[in-house]
Amino acid sequence: MRTTEVDPVIVVDSLRKTYGATTAVDGVSFSVKAGEVFGLLGSNGAGKTTTVECLEGLRKPDSGEVRVLGIDPLAHPERLRGRVGCQLQESHLPDRMRVWEALDLFAAAAPRPVDWTEVLEAWGLATKRDAAFSSLSGGQRQRLLVSLALVTDPDVVFLDEMTTGLDPAARHTSWELIEAIRARGTTVVLVTHFMDEAERLCDRVAVMDAGRIVAMARPSALIEAGAGAVRVKFTSAQPVGEPAGVDWLADVPHVHGVERRGRTVEVTGDGPVLAHVAGALLARGLEPSDLRVERPTLEETFLKLTGHGLE
Amino acid sequence: MRLWRKLTWEELKLFVREPLTVVFAIGFPLIMLFVLAEVFGTAPVEPDPGDPIAFRGVSPLSYYVPAYVALAAAAVGLVMVPAHLAAYRERGVLRRFRAASIPASTVFAAQIAVQYVLAAAGGLLIIAAAYLAYDFPAPEAFLGPLVAFFVTATAFAALGILLGAVMPSPRAAQGFGVMLFFVMMMLSGAGPPVDVMTSTMQGIGKAMPLWHGVIALQDAWLGYGWNWGELGIVAAVAVVAGALAVASFRRRA
Repeated sequence: MRTTEVDPVIVVDSLRKTYGATTAVDGVSFSVKAGEVFGLLGSNGAGKTTTVECLEGLRKPDSGEVRVLGIDPLAHPERLRGRVGCQLQESHLPDRMRVWEALDLFAAAAPRPVDWTEVLEAWGLATKRDAAFSSLSGGQRQRLLVSLALVTDPDVVFLDEMTTGLDPAARHTSWELIEAIRARGTTVVLVTHFMDEAERLCDRVAVMDAGRIVAMARPSALIEAGAGAVRVKFTSAQPVGEPAGVDWLADVPHVHGVERRGRTVEVTGDGPVLAHVAGALLARGLEPSDLRVERPTLEETFLKLTGHGLE
Repeated sequence: MRLWRKLTWEELKLFVREPLTVVFAIGFPLIMLFVLAEVFGTAPVEPDPGDPIAFRGVSPLSYYVPAYVALAAAAVGLVMVPAHLAAYRERGVLRRFRAASIPASTVFAAQIAVQYVLAAAGGLLIIAAAYLAYDFPAPEAFLGPLVAFFVTATAFAALGILLGAVMPSPRAAQGFGVMLFFVMMMLSGAGPPVDVMTSTMQGIGKAMPLWHGVIALQDAWLGYGWNWGELGIVAAVAVVAGALAVASFRRRA
């Protein structure tokens, strides 16, 4: 039964949370639709985790309203039993707890019994069934912690920095697994400070900075709106120091500027600039073998929106 | 209930997988009992005005066995549980449980159940060893000792959870718990006989819950009847420590 009687699945309205003198979350509002993968993107200390912890019922908001599946997670945690899965940042299991025991225990928290052996298989932990938590590698731990979030077959899953500390191969495996979760129709809230992750996985992204949401849209829309120019680069065959070389490129449609550094020519422009530059080069009999385009990334958009990088 | 049963069983397995603390908490009282029984003997002590060591009118062994059964409960609560729970707190295990709809109350209920089981195992081991080695007789009554043991084990379970809640780190919890354990053991009637202690030592001993647990258990065991006063003190420790532990975990949550 995966039809959601409440739509949107998550509603956050004017959420505020302070720790002493520090304002962690400063008036955040958003909603997440059923089946959506929603990203919370920001640098460390931007307030992402606090926001999610309020949604998980682990923290009490100072003010504002939070609803998950129409339920206040802090006031009625029992009504969300088994319907919400959480993977927390920096959480551990007891060292000597075995993989199957953890799955068995967490599955028992669901109102209806769940067969956890399928989850064990799906996440590639079958060979580690009897291994103690402390003996698992970083990637295996992470997979176990995520599979624990899914073992009750929840409607909503919160994944907080699930790929932090994983090697590149394990990160890509996790991405495939998130796509598998989405394919089942589960709503996913993904907290991350990795741009590539947000860009690849999320239907919508909220960019957080200093406790506020500074932008919220589809990743591609954010990129288009936030940043600017497409850059086309190639290596000029003409010797260095011949000024006449590439100036004519400035007259090609959609080109904004041309710059030459040594042998490398960089053309900035918008939209279909690549096609026009390529056509113009060919028309002049130039066939640079390394013509390439650099599209603006979410990272640049982020820099522009927040005025600082991700750490 | 299903979740509680599962967690209790899981916690029991986790404790048994820590061989060092199990050996210490259950084996150490056993060794002490053996040493004291060998030193003071197992024959009843005749009342002798010249000898200050009276052992409450019974044999040293009869005096020490109930004391060490109480000590087994103290060992579990002071040596095993505080570091375990402090580690749960520090490493986010409790939060992880809570996020998975395993409430802290279920975790504590499981902890208490596990402590009863471990304390009972330790106590039974002492009784069995005393029976096998010294042909130690059965207690005068059964209900009284059971109730006294139950109340004492509850008090130490609550103290263990309280230490797990307030100690800054697992190491601190371990160190402080072991220290409390030794002070209580030496000064609460499970070490040197009370009669040879100075009044200062007795004063410190009386401030410890184990002192009162030992007397309550001995009284019931040796046929001196229910000692409601001492039982009440131990029960009060259980209630106060339990309330403080719950309040402390709430505040940190």
